[in-house]
Amino acid sequence: MELFWYAVLCFMLTIYILLDGFDFGAGIVHLFLAKDEESKRDIHRAIGPFWDANEVWLIAAGGVMFAAFPALYASAFSGFYLPLMILLWLLIFRALGLELRELVHHSMWHQLWDFLFGWSSLLLALFYGLALGNVVRGVNLGGFEAGSSLYDSNYFFLPLWNSSLSPLAERLGVVDWFTLLLGLIALLALSLHGAAWILFRTESALHERLRRLIPFGAILLLLLSLATLFIWRKIRPEALQNYEEMPWLWFFPLLMLAGVLGLIFLKRFSGAGKAFLFSSLFIGGGLVSTALSMYPVLLPSTNAIHPDITAFNAGLDPSGMRVANIWFAVGITLVAGYFVLLFRVFRRRLKGGH
Amino acid sequence: MEDALMYGRLQFAFTITFHYLFPILTMGLALLIVWFKARFLQTGDELYNEAARFWMKIFALNFVMGVVTGIPMEFQFGTNWARFSELTGSVVGQTLAMEGLFSFFLESAFLGMFLYGEKLLGPRLHFASAVLVLLGSWLSGFLILATNAWMQHPVGYEVLANGKFVLKHFGELFGNPWLWPAFLHNQAASLTTSSFVVAAVGAFYLLSQRHEAFGRLFLRTGLFFGLAASVLVAFPTGDWVAKNVVRYQPATFAAMEALFETEQSAELVLIGQPNMVEKRLDNKIALPGFLSFLTYQQWNMEIKGLEEFPEEDHPTNIPGLYYAYHIMVGLGTLFIGLMFWGAYLFYRRRLFAYRPWLWLVMFMTPLTYIANLAGWYTAELGRQPWLVYGLLRTNQGLSPVVSAGNTLFTFLGFVGLYVLLGLTFLALFGKIVYQAGKAK
Repeated sequence: MELFWYAVLCFMLTIYILLDGFDFGAGIVHLFLAKDEESKRDIHRAIGPFWDANEVWLIAAGGVMFAAFPALYASAFSGFYLPLMILLWLLIFRALGLELRELVHHSMWHQLWDFLFGWSSLLLALFYGLALGNVVRGVNLGGFEAGSSLYDSNYFFLPLWNSSLSPLAERLGVVDWFTLLLGLIALLALSLHGAAWILFRTESALHERLRRLIPFGAILLLLLSLATLFIWRKIRPEALQNYEEMPWLWFFPLLMLAGVLGLIFLKRFSGAGKAFLFSSLFIGGGLVSTALSMYPVLLPSTNAIHPDITAFNAGLDPSGMRVANIWFAVGITLVAGYFVLLFRVFRRRLKGGH
Repeated sequence: MEDALMYGRLQFAFTITFHYLFPILTMGLALLIVWFKARFLQTGDELYNEAARFWMKIFALNFVMGVVTGIPMEFQFGTNWARFSELTGSVVGQTLAMEGLFSFFLESAFLGMFLYGEKLLGPRLHFASAVLVLLGSWLSGFLILATNAWMQHPVGYEVLANGKFVLKHFGELFGNPWLWPAFLHNQAASLTTSSFVVAAVGAFYLLSQRHEAFGRLFLRTGLFFGLAASVLVAFPTGDWVAKNVVRYQPATFAAMEALFETEQSAELVLIGQPNMVEKRLDNKIALPGFLSFLTYQQWNMEIKGLEEFPEEDHPTNIPGLYYAYHIMVGLGTLFIGLMFWGAYLFYRRRLFAYRPWLWLVMFMTPLTYIANLAGWYTAELGRQPWLVYGLLRTNQGLSPVVSAGNTLFTFLGFVGLYVLLGLTFLALFGKIVYQAGKAK
């Protein structure tokens, strides 16, 4: 039961990043590379029918976390209070930037919403990387400071940053150099992912520039990822324990490697969708690898006093969730159907100049 | 009330009030768009399809506002009400997760197809996508009401030694006697508002002579759906809901009616101000015996007054609850009156030229939103002082780690942002309406 719902939660969050991730990436490309109306329109139409349904994965994952692991939901959402509020604002501006732009035909209106759409997309990509960094680094559960605990065992509260910006200090912040590193990786990976989606879905004038930039971005991504892996082992020595016990798990990091190599050598592959396949392998492989490394921990504790929040102490009620197994199975099948339908209806690539 | 609790409640109340303005229109308008598309398929008359396309634009704007203001609601259970979430997640987490999994995906996926895919899908499939958006939005209403119904009247649960609620009987969540009356009442209210909006836009087009065809169609459609909906929201659905309140939340019922003392043949107060110091109503106009009659269909039935319940179990804001309830009922009555009058004028073929009614329907449309909100304030102020009625008090559910200062900060942020969003929405709504009616 614990394993099942842990897997479900990680699966839903991974799908969310794979899907809404290309929306953010497209927004980032829009911000830096789309200088004329035609390119902007290409990007809008490439993500327009999908972004809202993509975003729902976040809501649904949040709901599943609430139901399956209520102690984690309560702890994480209240502990990361300000970052979550910032996330809400970014999601609001991203959505409005997309949907309100075309409602008024005036260049100032367009400039305003383009700015908001682009920057909120960028900050969202950065933000999710920061979030991953926080989850992986752990938090000061129980608010243990100077020998005593401020809160109950599974609660914490993080300020946005601490004075040293270090992930090893006693007082942690949401932003430190480790989480920023992961933020940078996310930003890079999702930019590539968005660029790949644009290559897949459109025949835009942007293609040439994107095809030139992607390999460079991918090289940087590979280097940063390798660096992070080493740093992570230093911060959390037990990070690779699951892998040592079950070596077949290395399959998933290998997918990551295949993905990023594919992007580096993109020129060798033909077909509009290859870049997107590779970026998906990297992101999907990366998130699954992280989850596999952390299982069963959901939110680590950085102090020795209060235990990690794991799938086994996060409030899962096995008898109550037994019925959830059923409705979840039904629901996720339906959802898969909707997405297959949605992507099939809009499968034709958008010609330039539409 | 300590600051953290007050700001937490204020923030939730404010954000849900603003958010809900949008689903009110989404749910009812989805039905009306399906109606227009169906009439188009049946008759082949292009006007219906143009009407659907017009309302699609409004729908898309309204929907995105609903989505962006809705996400803070899901998050807020965890951010500001963490203890509530920790204790009740195994129960209400399920209905909330189901809302995400079953309704939001359905709505969003098919709205994408509906808004972007008319040419790709063809008329029949386009219609089908409209129906699925309708289904998704109503299912969303149903599931969120299942959550609220459990909070108002908990069923199917067991409480563990540590205070945690666990679900024992999943089916009881949906068989909750509180749920169906509340859901049907809520949908009728949504349809009332949406009908008024459609009729009001029609009235505007007729008064300004900007689009005669739309004017007549919207007015007709809004009138007939509005007539049905405004009656249904009162009888039988409103009646069913009130009977649930008197049965399962008698203290709330007493507060709603400002009934301080138990009465044998209780009077129905039409107007009056609750005087909390002297425990009576000032300037009262009331119908003797009618409250007992409406509630139990007998004149001589006893209705419990607030004196029967310990003060700590009284709703925390009795005048607020009383006024919310009376505003809702008063406005609802006016809506029924307006709709019947409109139907009469329509029957006499005078409606489209009768300016007083056209002006009235435009001005009364914002009041339908107020009536909807007043209804929800009745429900939620009525639920106080409980988060889970009779089992968990509001002050027990707050997040232990979030300070009053942080809550006030984010609350002020929401107020500022939402004022801007609201103004933007109104301006864009007006623009869409105004521009669609180029002098025809």
